[in-house]
Amino acid sequence: MSDKIKITLTVNGTAMTAEVEPRRSLADMLRDDLRLTGTHLGCEHGVCGACTVLVDGKPVRSCLMFGVQANGASVRTVEGLADGDRLHPLQQAFWENHGLQCGFCTPGFLMLAAGALEENPDMTDEEIRDVLSSNLCRCTGYQNIVKAVRLAAEVMKAGPAPQATRS
Amino acid sequence: MTWIGRSLPRLEDPSLLKGHGTYVADHADGALHVAFARSPLAAGEILGIELPEIAPGGGQVFTAADLHGVGVIRPVLNRPDYRAVGQPALAAGRVVFPGQAVAVAVARTAAEAEDLAEQVFIDIEPQDPILTFDAALAEGARAVHPEAPENVLVEGNLKTKGFDEAVAQAAVVIELDLRSRRQSAVPMETRGGVASYDRATGRVTLVASVQMPHMLRTGLADVVGMAESDLRVIAPDVGGGFGQKMSLFPEYVVLVWLARKLRTKVAWIEDRRENFLASAHSRDQAFFVRGAFSAEGRLLALDANLKSNVGAFSCYPVTCGVEPLMAFGELPGPYVVPEYRGRSRGVTTNTCMMAPYRGVARPMLTFTMERLMEKAAKALGLDAVEIRRRNLITSFPHRSPTGVVYDEGSYLQAMEAAVAHVDVPAFRARQARARTEGRYLGLGVSVFSERTGYGTPVYAQRGMGIVPGYESVDLAMDPSGNVEVRIGSSPHGQGLKTALAQLVADEIGVVPDRVRVIAGDTDATPYGWGTFASRSMVIAGGATKFAAEAAADKLKAIAAKMMEVEVGAVVLDEGYARVPGTNKATPIPDLARAAHHQSQRFGLEAGIRTSGFYDPGGTFSNACHICEVEVDIETGGVKILRFVVVEDAGVLINPMIVDGQIAGGVAQGIGNALYEELIYDEDGNLLTTSLADYLPPTALEVPDLEILHMETISPESVTKAKGVGEGGTIGAPAAVLNAVADALAPFGVEIDEMPATPQKIRLAIRNMAIRNTRAPADV
Repeated sequence: MSDKIKITLTVNGTAMTAEVEPRRSLADMLRDDLRLTGTHLGCEHGVCGACTVLVDGKPVRSCLMFGVQANGASVRTVEGLADGDRLHPLQQAFWENHGLQCGFCTPGFLMLAAGALEENPDMTDEEIRDVLSSNLCRCTGYQNIVKAVRLAAEVMKAGPAPQATRS
Repeated sequence: MTWIGRSLPRLEDPSLLKGHGTYVADHADGALHVAFARSPLAAGEILGIELPEIAPGGGQVFTAADLHGVGVIRPVLNRPDYRAVGQPALAAGRVVFPGQAVAVAVARTAAEAEDLAEQVFIDIEPQDPILTFDAALAEGARAVHPEAPENVLVEGNLKTKGFDEAVAQAAVVIELDLRSRRQSAVPMETRGGVASYDRATGRVTLVASVQMPHMLRTGLADVVGMAESDLRVIAPDVGGGFGQKMSLFPEYVVLVWLARKLRTKVAWIEDRRENFLASAHSRDQAFFVRGAFSAEGRLLALDANLKSNVGAFSCYPVTCGVEPLMAFGELPGPYVVPEYRGRSRGVTTNTCMMAPYRGVARPMLTFTMERLMEKAAKALGLDAVEIRRRNLITSFPHRSPTGVVYDEGSYLQAMEAAVAHVDVPAFRARQARARTEGRYLGLGVSVFSERTGYGTPVYAQRGMGIVPGYESVDLAMDPSGNVEVRIGSSPHGQGLKTALAQLVADEIGVVPDRVRVIAGDTDATPYGWGTFASRSMVIAGGATKFAAEAAADKLKAIAAKMMEVEVGAVVLDEGYARVPGTNKATPIPDLARAAHHQSQRFGLEAGIRTSGFYDPGGTFSNACHICEVEVDIETGGVKILRFVVVEDAGVLINPMIVDGQIAGGVAQGIGNALYEELIYDEDGNLLTTSLADYLPPTALEVPDLEILHMETISPESVTKAKGVGEGGTIGAPAAVLNAVADALAPFGVEIDEMPATPQKIRLAIRNMAIRNTRAPADV
């Protein structure tokens, strides 16, 4: 069980090697081996989506994928979303529109929305709501999450103009 | 300009957004991991426990026999009808619910601990499980606990003097037989704890995902048998609670015991299946109610027989009385009920313990009163809004037949505002048109009260052995002019730190960014009760206001000396002490510096340290919800088309946060009304142990709300704010289910159960079609 396998991958833009047990999930590998604890585990059944990360640009339930399956892949987690202290438009919009309360599901929603918007920057409101129904939030009632993603989509389409940050 | 009333983005958020929040699992570095072996059966005698053979270094397994000196969790309610039942940390001799922890495995990794726990063989002589009201209350039923031979752990009874006469005078008596199925709070983060032993001091620090860290410390110290000062409890970032994380659970007792026994650090992070099986359940209630009405539609008397399935144990500290006694005491809700007869029982069964969940009893009692109004209106040929007009409380203070005193609210005004906003006649026209097209729309109204921010008087009345209610706050300004506010309350997502910072900012004249609120650490905060029962903004807020006022007084005294003016001439505003009408101004950081470093000048105690204490009697928020639905009669599916909330929670400290609480609460209420149900099979196996089986609503099921506010000021809250944490969940089920009933009115279908799942709605339509030839023949 404990024979480890060596893999190489890119995490948040940094190339690295990791040695993981074959039975270790990608989520556990990120959290326990790479100390990226922003990825949260809400159910480990692939339902709640709190563990959503981007693998080669696509939103993935990291609880349902083995770490070794990420060999050669590019993985992005919530820690890679902000540019230093400058929040990603999605993070900024979640902040300004109260798109989070306890914050536990938030990294999963951010990565889900980031992946979906990168694939289709022109999602309709219905499409946004449909995509966001992949993940569960128990605090917000979703309306501020939907609103934040909609507003962030507009900002992201407007291009990479420098974002004002709050201090 | 004030900070109160502004939708300030939350100070809590940047770290959470960047993935830098630290929840309990993020504290497990370097810990041994713990997994529990749990009972596969609902009830039985433990004949033996076979432990796995473990290679050296392969971990350890412990059972109840190892827990020398560890007591049981036995919360106290000082009522003659209360039967105290003790909950062991690990099952000893017998198991009483499926999922009860029997043994604990400790190993280097979570996977290894789980492997070990799976190899524990628990030899149980099974008993027929008692799962339902009928089984528990049947003549000669086996006692779940020897302490409660009748299977009733608590019972309230009351009959007012004029009850019989009032019923005799009634023009019509409406009967309801309503059911709320078993539900779960489902915080997105499960329970979990990391206990570490400090070899230098012998102390244990427990980091745990909890709502009441101080209470947990007291309970743990008592049960484990250690000095409370040898234990520190920290609630880090907590991923939702909704009541489920209030109670002292056996798993935390075991963790603290293990940390001391092994003199190391141990971590247990619950998985979702365990959370469904063995954390805490809620809502499982059956209400049989009769309402006696006059011909004019005035409620003359209410007759209630209420049952709550409290499960196998009594939750600590609030006890299993929480659901049945609140149901009993607050059933009248926002309505005038002149005469009342009530009986409410907490029934014990071989199911998971029931504990508070957002709303506690009130979602069901609101469903009850709102169905009662609808059915009475129909029976008397009255409009459903009109009958409410005739029965809502309009004179204050109002004393209910159970002795609850209501401070001023806007029950009638909120309903009128909601009804006007919705435009009911326009809806009725739409509904009629839709019916001609074979589409079934419905409108549901729900009016309710939300008792919030109550202190010790209310809890003492319940006879609780441990009487919660007050909050204390310690405030200090450091020499640089930054404020630290240490609170006994323990927020976990509500945005309380931001709201309190806004309060302090207005009192002291600094920006909220300079106010750091410290919570959730028994070493760093004064003793307090935590966040539950819609109380923190009112009570911790009140205590914070008192502390901030005292700090402002001291800053003004120092400023007066420094600027050589009378104290009364000084105001604190936008970072300065100013003397209006002059150009005298001193930056607040200069005052802070002087208070610490030039204290000899002022004849005052050095520094700026104050405290506040608040223990109010409580205040009622109120609201009206109106919901519009379309029911697909082919599938039984319900789509919510519109949801309006008119809320009166007094002054809004941060309107964005208040609206967030309402929206989240309504979403849970919608889930409770339509989808969420924990199901045991007849052998006591829980069939709903994943989020694919137990269904909280997603973004597709929850509409955007239309929220309007009213503002009734209560003298019972010094901040003028009322609690608002639970209202959404209290009111939404009745609004949704009344709307479903309205939509299905052509079929004569009665909605008497929540959740009203598609299967149940479809079955009701079919049964009615078979019974009633007047209904469309093709359904």
